[in-house]
Amino acid sequence: MADKGPVDKDRRKFFIRTLQGFGLAALGGTIWGGYVAEAKYDEIVLRPPGAVPEEEFIKKCIKCGLCVEACKNRDNNPDETKQTATLRLAAPGDHRPRGNGKYIYPKEVPLGTPYFVPREIPCYMCEDIPCTVACPTGALDTDLVSSVKDGKKVLDINKARMGVAVVDLEHCIAYWGLQCDACYRACPLIDEAIKLELKRNPRTGKHAFLLPVVYPDVCTGCGLCELACVTEKPAIFVLPRHLALGEVGKHYIKGWEKKDEGRIKGSKGVEKTITPRSEKKPEDYLNVEDLLDEE
Amino acid sequence: MKNNWLYKHRFLIARRIVQLTILGLYIAGTAYGWNILVGNLSSSKIFDVIPMADPYAVLQMFAAGTMLAIDVLIGAALVVLFYSLIGGRAFCSWVCPMNMVTDLANWIRVKTGLHKDEWQLRISRKTRYWILGLSLVLSFLIAAPAFEFISPISMLHRGLVFGMGFGWLAVLGVFLFDLFVTKNGWCGHLCPLGGFYSIISKPSAIRVKHDADKCTLCMNCKNVCPEKQVLWMVGKESVFVTSGECINCGRCIEVCNDDALNFGLRFKPTKEVKNNA
Repeated sequence: MADKGPVDKDRRKFFIRTLQGFGLAALGGTIWGGYVAEAKYDEIVLRPPGAVPEEEFIKKCIKCGLCVEACKNRDNNPDETKQTATLRLAAPGDHRPRGNGKYIYPKEVPLGTPYFVPREIPCYMCEDIPCTVACPTGALDTDLVSSVKDGKKVLDINKARMGVAVVDLEHCIAYWGLQCDACYRACPLIDEAIKLELKRNPRTGKHAFLLPVVYPDVCTGCGLCELACVTEKPAIFVLPRHLALGEVGKHYIKGWEKKDEGRIKGSKGVEKTITPRSEKKPEDYLNVEDLLDEE
Repeated sequence: MKNNWLYKHRFLIARRIVQLTILGLYIAGTAYGWNILVGNLSSSKIFDVIPMADPYAVLQMFAAGTMLAIDVLIGAALVVLFYSLIGGRAFCSWVCPMNMVTDLANWIRVKTGLHKDEWQLRISRKTRYWILGLSLVLSFLIAAPAFEFISPISMLHRGLVFGMGFGWLAVLGVFLFDLFVTKNGWCGHLCPLGGFYSIISKPSAIRVKHDADKCTLCMNCKNVCPEKQVLWMVGKESVFVTSGECINCGRCIEVCNDDALNFGLRFKPTKEVKNNA
């Protein structure tokens, strides 16, 4: 046992303070971290064109509002007073449901990040994409909204994938047999992203259905259709692509598409599992006299 | 002349003008499309050319694990260079809009006599560094810039420029905390952004200089200083205030009746000495 010399008070105080600091940091960190972990993700938020995937977007967006400013002050803003614009920065309290539930409103947009609500103001798809260009951090990436023309990178808003329009067949009045092509005409990619499909209406026997059908591979998710929809709560609306679309998995290959078929190239082919049973031909199996008593 | 009110508040008035001008330019940037200063304090552009970015936010984003575009990196570097080599922690006193809120709380505290011991919860001024460290750890763990989600500074500034929502509640929280709980509680004890600037601005050139020979030990400076600990030398040594925690607000200089405190450049060229020799 060490001799009971004078206690080094500074040393003791240092340890006490440090441990107290760790205690407080653990408590505060749990609450703080818990809040941020919850608040950083909103499943139904629609981001500006060129936004990187949401998880990466949250890391990269510095919440500066340069995209919002660019959107508001662009020359072709339909609101000439420039008081409103498509993009807005999420402020605390924005998550309260708006529009009396008459359209989709994101619930918990992470603070300070840009989003838009198409039923209020859709994206007008400016060809110069001022919002994406303005982003200083790469959260909005011009590469995602550019195509290559004559070996040069040119902005191409049609490549934007902000979301995808979905038609509610139950409440779309065109599917009732009424004549309405509001969404079709509002679509900036008319006859590409939304096509009208002609069908006979068996109810009346003498009329046609003109059914709007969305082509998700072309749809940009701008939401002009959602704004145009005549029903009280829009029967066509934009959802984030990850919510609205399925995924088939990599193992499906479209043999009829050259590009897709290219994916098989260099593949070793299908590996066969060989067992004593698989060496027999199917006919052998079928020709066994008693199927139940095989072997 | 030297005793009139304007002269006695010259830095305070200058700071308010600078703070409000910067804020006004940001608001005009969005509201009227002026391009002098666009964005907000997180990241912005001057004349659509020179980028600026909040280096602390960028640091958190790195901790969250992402690579950023060059624009914002240049912006953050410019800001770091300016404050660390020239301005000191001037962001806190000359730019940050929260400074006006906490100064108001402080002013009411002093005017109403709340400035007493029983109205003072003792918190260590080191707490801000703990919060700074914690924010980086959390950013890493949660893969999102943690302080940016709760920062009342961002909520206030972004709110003023782009729409407040309920952000004013956070600002009210800071105000009441500073008013009733701890003097200079937010800016001087808790704010990790202030802590960040305290660390990086240590080498800066513009500094308050004390002249102990002129000092009459009235302690006006220490009474008015929001970061008292940086004025340890008052009446003792004639040196520069070298602590990064000094926000270069200049209040001590204004209240000093003996001209014992002044702004100075720490790294004066020593030419004159050589010429004399």
